[in-house]
Amino acid sequence: MSLLELDGVKVHFPVKKGILFDRTVGHVYAVDGISLSVEAGQTYGLVGESGCGKTTLGRAVLRLVDVTDGKVVLDGTDVAKLPEKEMRGFRRRLQMVFQDPLGSLNPRQNIESILSEGMAAHGIGANQKERREKIKEILAKVGLPGNSLSRYPHEFSGGQRQRIGIARALVLEPDVIICDEPVSALDVSIQAQVINLLEELQESMGLTYLVIAHDLAVVRHISDVIGVMYLGSLVEEAPSDALYEEPKHPYTKALMSAVPVPDPEVEDRRERILLLGDLPSPANPPAGCRFHTRCPWKQDTLCATERPELTDLGGGHKVACHFAAEIAAGEIARTSGEVVPAVREGVEDVDPEVVATSGSVAEAHDDAAEAADAAEAGEIAVPSPRGESTDAEAHDAADPEAPAGAADGDAAEASDGKLDKDEPVRLDKEDEASEGKASEAPAGK
Amino acid sequence: MSLATTKTSKIDRLAELTAKTETSSGASLWREAFRRLRSSKMAIIGAVVIAVFVVVAIVGPWFAPHTPTAQTWRGEVFPNQGKFIGARGENWFGLDHLGRDMFSRMLVGARQTLLVGVVSMLIGLILGALVGALSGAAATLGGRAGRRLDDAIMRVTDLMLALPSLLLAVSVAAVMGQSLTTVMIAVGVVQIPIFARLLRGSMLAQGGKDYVLAARSLGIRKRRIVLTQIMPNSLSPVIVQATLSLATAIIEAAALSYLGLGNPDPAVPEWGVMLSQAQRFFDNAPMMSMYPAVAIIVTALGFTLLGEAMREALDPKLRG
Repeated sequence: MSLLELDGVKVHFPVKKGILFDRTVGHVYAVDGISLSVEAGQTYGLVGESGCGKTTLGRAVLRLVDVTDGKVVLDGTDVAKLPEKEMRGFRRRLQMVFQDPLGSLNPRQNIESILSEGMAAHGIGANQKERREKIKEILAKVGLPGNSLSRYPHEFSGGQRQRIGIARALVLEPDVIICDEPVSALDVSIQAQVINLLEELQESMGLTYLVIAHDLAVVRHISDVIGVMYLGSLVEEAPSDALYEEPKHPYTKALMSAVPVPDPEVEDRRERILLLGDLPSPANPPAGCRFHTRCPWKQDTLCATERPELTDLGGGHKVACHFAAEIAAGEIARTSGEVVPAVREGVEDVDPEVVATSGSVAEAHDDAAEAADAAEAGEIAVPSPRGESTDAEAHDAADPEAPAGAADGDAAEASDGKLDKDEPVRLDKEDEASEGKASEAPAGK
Repeated sequence: MSLATTKTSKIDRLAELTAKTETSSGASLWREAFRRLRSSKMAIIGAVVIAVFVVVAIVGPWFAPHTPTAQTWRGEVFPNQGKFIGARGENWFGLDHLGRDMFSRMLVGARQTLLVGVVSMLIGLILGALVGALSGAAATLGGRAGRRLDDAIMRVTDLMLALPSLLLAVSVAAVMGQSLTTVMIAVGVVQIPIFARLLRGSMLAQGGKDYVLAARSLGIRKRRIVLTQIMPNSLSPVIVQATLSLATAIIEAAALSYLGLGNPDPAVPEWGVMLSQAQRFFDNAPMMSMYPAVAIIVTALGFTLLGEAMREALDPKLRG
């Protein structure tokens, strides 16, 4: 029996219209049927691009947003439908660390007041003196000096504020702590500090975490099991190492291929899968597989009509893809999308961080000379690892049936022989950010 | 074992590092705002003006050189012939049209004006804050029913805001009859929707902040969240507005008096009434209307200056 179990959790927000009468004209399917389980003492990492519903899921577990359907079972009790009064007692056992360390602390309360409020609400500690002792103990655990008690949040630095946020969760001695992007608002060096702190606390206090993040390196570092979310549902779930070694879902493959490798030799030869188009609106998700509109391995059967279930492919590696096994075995070739070798000849002398962001849409159509130059170099220097001719791909992209609208532009480019350089719409801006961090965050350990 | 020791030492180091960079005592946002206020010229000028006004209002009547209502020099003033007495050694501000000492009347009138301003501001502030707090609390934490209640309350305040404030005050004064209390209520009622909207809006903005979410996830009761989390953070615009509306209240009370809806007892000096009476003789005795007019303007300016300075001092964007 896992400590925290989610069963088909759905969170739908109604879209209202009208002046006098609020007519519901549709729903935003923020979280659409997620099942996962978090074992006691372990860390479950939830990754996905922004807008995929991971934060909403975290809030749904805490009942900060209403759960439309499904179960959230904490230690045998379904808290999803508990009345608010009974829920209040359970809140002690489920705590959250927020993304914005300053925004999540009341600017008009001092640290003692912030930390003791929850304790008072749950009757921990008989009086303020006892609570203060306990708070001092926890402050020492998160590495804050004991004289912080009378200070206010704005007097602390970002990392310290986040440690206050962690302390606020810890004083209630919760069973599960949900960390919603716990480090994404912090500097890289501070990120390492906070992550190491979270790990140390887990070891010494036996905590269970559900970590929500978009930073792949952070999640890999801290998680035992990782779930990948796309448009409100899980597409893949696997033990951390297995997922990073062999991502099986096409989306995860694309996501992983965006992570730079610290070795420059390998990095130059690494191939990147670039998804076409944007994340579809969660108010109007595609039928069938949610990912089929952008999937480079899309098949004509099943994908557009039937929604794949999360199925175990062995070793706890669960994938929600009809053709995961075939793709893994190499039986299916990509039908669309771009595979771009991460070649940087044209921009070699540029700071790596700049390169990491150069894939954004605005800069995709760089000045022509450079693009042509890079394209030439790319064709000569880099053999296409999959042995597919780039021309074939270009034709595929130009295929009228190709799903994403962006394909047209790419096809035009391709005919000019610039295919290798031109980068279509990238996965997500957040991935850009994570790329920058990825090489540094683990180094901070 | 060695692993454990390195871990603890790491956290100790963290604490040491943190302790070094910190001063010993905390400063709340209120205290910091006050510190900023003290170093603002605008605030000091405003505060001095207000202090003078308040002191005059309180002790003025005891220092008045003459009885403000006695028509001591009646024989020297002939309004019909355009003969007035200006400032002179005996009467510093001259005489009014009935031969009363203007200076004494100004001193005594300050108290009336302050009373009207403060009381009507308090009426608006207290009622408006209650309505606004109810509405804001209902909207942020009350769920669907709360949002309905908030909607209903806000439509009523919209209705009140749609009426021109002076017209509303005139109607209230007309319905309730002529008295000083009426003036205060009339001017106060006009302020209610302003305070209500302001506090509600501020609470809505705070209600969406992460710390409110955090408080909910801690399991704190909603009433307590409203009182300890949302309210203290929503109050600063209301405090600023209270200062500013004191100025408005004084001007509006003067306007009501001017329109003849003020204190029915003409013997009791009040700046607005004095202004309205003096206006008839503006051609021959302009100074007679200048004194109350300038007094009203300077006082209102004092409150406005302080209000603006407070707005800057309390502005969260300026927090260093």
